[in-house]
Amino acid sequence: MGLHVVRLPDVGEGIAEAELVEWHVAVGDHVAPDAHLADVLTDKATIEISSPVTGVVSFLGGEPGDLLAIGSDFVGIEVDGAGNAAGQRRSSAPLTVIDHASPQREPAFVPAQSADPDQSADTHPDQEIERAQPVKPIASPAVRSRAKDLGVDLRQVRGTGPADRISHADLDSFVAGGAAITDRRPPAAGTATETKIVGLRRKIAEQMSRSAHRIPHITYVDEVDMTEVESLREALNNGTRIKLTVLPFVIRAMVRAIADQPHLNSTFDDERGVVSTFTDVNIGIATQTPNGLIVPVVRNAGSRDVWSTAAEIARVSDAARTGAATRDELVGSTITITSLGALGGLVTTPIINHPEVAIIGINKIQIRPVWEHDRFVPKTMMNLSSSFDHRIVDGFDAATFIQRIKALLETPALLFIDDTEDPEGDHG
Amino acid sequence: MSLTEIRCDVAIIGSGPGGYVAAIRCAQYGLHTVIIDRGPWGGTCLNVGCIPSKAIIHAAERFAGVADADELRQFGIAASPPTIDFAATSAWKDGIVGRLTGGVDQLLRGAGATQLRGNATIVDGKTVRVETNDGTTMVTTRNLVIATGSESVELPHLPFGGAVLSSTTALALTELPSSLVVVGAGYIGLELGIAFRKLGVQVTVVEMADTILPQYDRAMTAPVSKRLEALGIAMLLATTASSHHVGQLTVTTAAGETTDIEAERVLVTVGRRPLITGTGVDSLELAMNGGSIAIDDRCRTSMTGVFAIGDVTGEPMLAHRAAAQGELVAAVLAGRQRSWDKRVIPEVCFTDPEIVSVGITPDRATADGIEIVVGTFSLAANGRAMTLDRTDGFARVVARADNQLVLGVQVVGGAVSELAAGLALAVEMGATLVDLTETVHPHPTLSEAIAEAALQAAGHPLHGPRARRPR
Repeated sequence: MGLHVVRLPDVGEGIAEAELVEWHVAVGDHVAPDAHLADVLTDKATIEISSPVTGVVSFLGGEPGDLLAIGSDFVGIEVDGAGNAAGQRRSSAPLTVIDHASPQREPAFVPAQSADPDQSADTHPDQEIERAQPVKPIASPAVRSRAKDLGVDLRQVRGTGPADRISHADLDSFVAGGAAITDRRPPAAGTATETKIVGLRRKIAEQMSRSAHRIPHITYVDEVDMTEVESLREALNNGTRIKLTVLPFVIRAMVRAIADQPHLNSTFDDERGVVSTFTDVNIGIATQTPNGLIVPVVRNAGSRDVWSTAAEIARVSDAARTGAATRDELVGSTITITSLGALGGLVTTPIINHPEVAIIGINKIQIRPVWEHDRFVPKTMMNLSSSFDHRIVDGFDAATFIQRIKALLETPALLFIDDTEDPEGDHG
Repeated sequence: MSLTEIRCDVAIIGSGPGGYVAAIRCAQYGLHTVIIDRGPWGGTCLNVGCIPSKAIIHAAERFAGVADADELRQFGIAASPPTIDFAATSAWKDGIVGRLTGGVDQLLRGAGATQLRGNATIVDGKTVRVETNDGTTMVTTRNLVIATGSESVELPHLPFGGAVLSSTTALALTELPSSLVVVGAGYIGLELGIAFRKLGVQVTVVEMADTILPQYDRAMTAPVSKRLEALGIAMLLATTASSHHVGQLTVTTAAGETTDIEAERVLVTVGRRPLITGTGVDSLELAMNGGSIAIDDRCRTSMTGVFAIGDVTGEPMLAHRAAAQGELVAAVLAGRQRSWDKRVIPEVCFTDPEIVSVGITPDRATADGIEIVVGTFSLAANGRAMTLDRTDGFARVVARADNQLVLGVQVVGGAVSELAAGLALAVEMGATLVDLTETVHPHPTLSEAIAEAALQAAGHPLHGPRARRPR
């Protein structure tokens, strides 16, 4: 009997770590070659890790949610024969758990045997020692009054003064969002269910935080008269080809507008201070999946007609929903569209898909009264709620971009006219 | 007689410290405010409570200071026995009351509150009918603040009237009785009983319980009991008063003995109760908390748009609580994010010696299951107390054992009432024992006793008998 240690393989280009999403085996399970051991998550894609050998699982190198270093000991399998871990239960390369949030935590190692009896006593290492709580938070009347003005429940604020007294500075830190100050204990009243955020949800959380913290957003909303697009769409959908949604038209309008303002089709590496502007328009399609938000990419939108665009949207978003999307289908977008369809609401404040510089949000289409000459007429209207990286895109440019899209959509014939000539030119 | 209609944002019934403060603040916030009272502005406090009683107590103190020849002699002073014209005393007191109520009137006027003098009847939660000298005024309001206060509790067998006085009529006396029996040894009865005794009246206190000042512990009441004895006030504890006729009050002791005691006047001070009837407050059928209107932390009652403040909301029935509630209600009505979060309502008892209690007592802390440390310092070792010839009493500090947070401070002594505010500030600010001990207390003052008590609670007294090296 020997031990075969499966190390976490390099599951993506230049990736140093991957998140363990789920174990598909437990210690003691018999596994055959290609048996599904676990799922790990890289930047975008979930990857299955399979067993290379036949044997019995003897240890698992982490817990779901852990960030594991590529090459670290992942699964131990007892095999007939020598195995690959000469005489050791674990290789000399120790398991590395990368957990930025709690560096003091022990590596999550689940041993098959030889469990240290002392360990079982410490079943809840994270359990907080209960301590007597004063009935009311200790703070001066001025601090209490300010907290009320700020809408802050002082029970949530940790005081740094004697007897845990909350000072103005403590309140300031809390309001500024200082995580170290936040008392994470749930409030005395009621109970809370704690759920560890893992997998895709963690990726979403990280990406959203990065976008929201780093990018000063400017959001611009205008309404678009979709009457013409809708009648055109109705006519086209009478045919036998695949059903067209509004998206291909918006994408086509974006491609046209980008031709006038190429710098909106860019990414901004704010650490290097470099904006990369692309010739290809690769459109991210924010897609709701059973596990959360994923942004598959429609590549080369500029060279597609509406039918091709519609087909590609359907294909990549379906792949995203079923989890079949490849890494290539999930990276490389240069600008993103977000749409909640029938739930699109009146206005949204989209978060830019970092490191892009613009995101176009599509709101619900609805018939609204519009003043025309001397009366209200019913019009099929749609709002576009779009956000821009204000470091790169000025408000004027943002407005120009959206007004161009609006003009194109309101007169959809312009979408299909090959205007190689200067649109500003006088053809009198 | 005519019918007038007023529409307003806030109508306040009652102009005591709760009502008038609420009215001034509401008006300052720009709310159209109407304040209604049948009597002069200022309510019980200014007219028949706190202020006139303190005036009488002061006059009595001055009189007694000159009357006690033995006491004067130790200072080397000789004086003729004083006489008193109590009608003049009463007139001086009325002058103070008049200045204060006039001041409230000016403040209300200055703030722009509409004043209605007359009997208010609540028609519904949005409507109040006021019978003024000029006719009927119907007030339609978006919000109603009930600040009707409280009234003296009457004993069925000793109804107020004639020789049987309430605190209100006792304070309106212009002639001193030869003898006075005070029924009820709460703070109102003892404050007035002591004052009348100092003015030369023969005073007996009859109390059903076997203790005085039931809200305080024995340590706090002991100096007062001692002083009552020294002043020559007869104390009949565990005794009930039954009836009064021709200068005699019939009382029954715990042992069942019935005797008559001389009582030209009888002062009944067995408590106060919220004033619910008479203004139609009861017709609103608000949720009650015993006899008082139930309120939440914004002084809201169970009816939307109807607020209640002050004594009508129950204990502690103190003017400064009512005023704080009045400010709170005004802020809430003005849309501010405010709620009642006071840590302490200081209590001051103007007996002799005076009692100050801020926060909780050791007994209360123990009953609440809080582990505490307590430090006590006797005024007998305080220099200023000696120079005032008043070394009775003590200061006591109660703090949490785990973090030394000051939970309460009690001080008993001559003229200690002025210490109350500083102590309230300490607790309200969340002071610890170190905050008290590291604050320099001026010498020579009574306040030094507080710092000493805090040092003792912290385990390293400076002037105490068990002094040892601080940690």
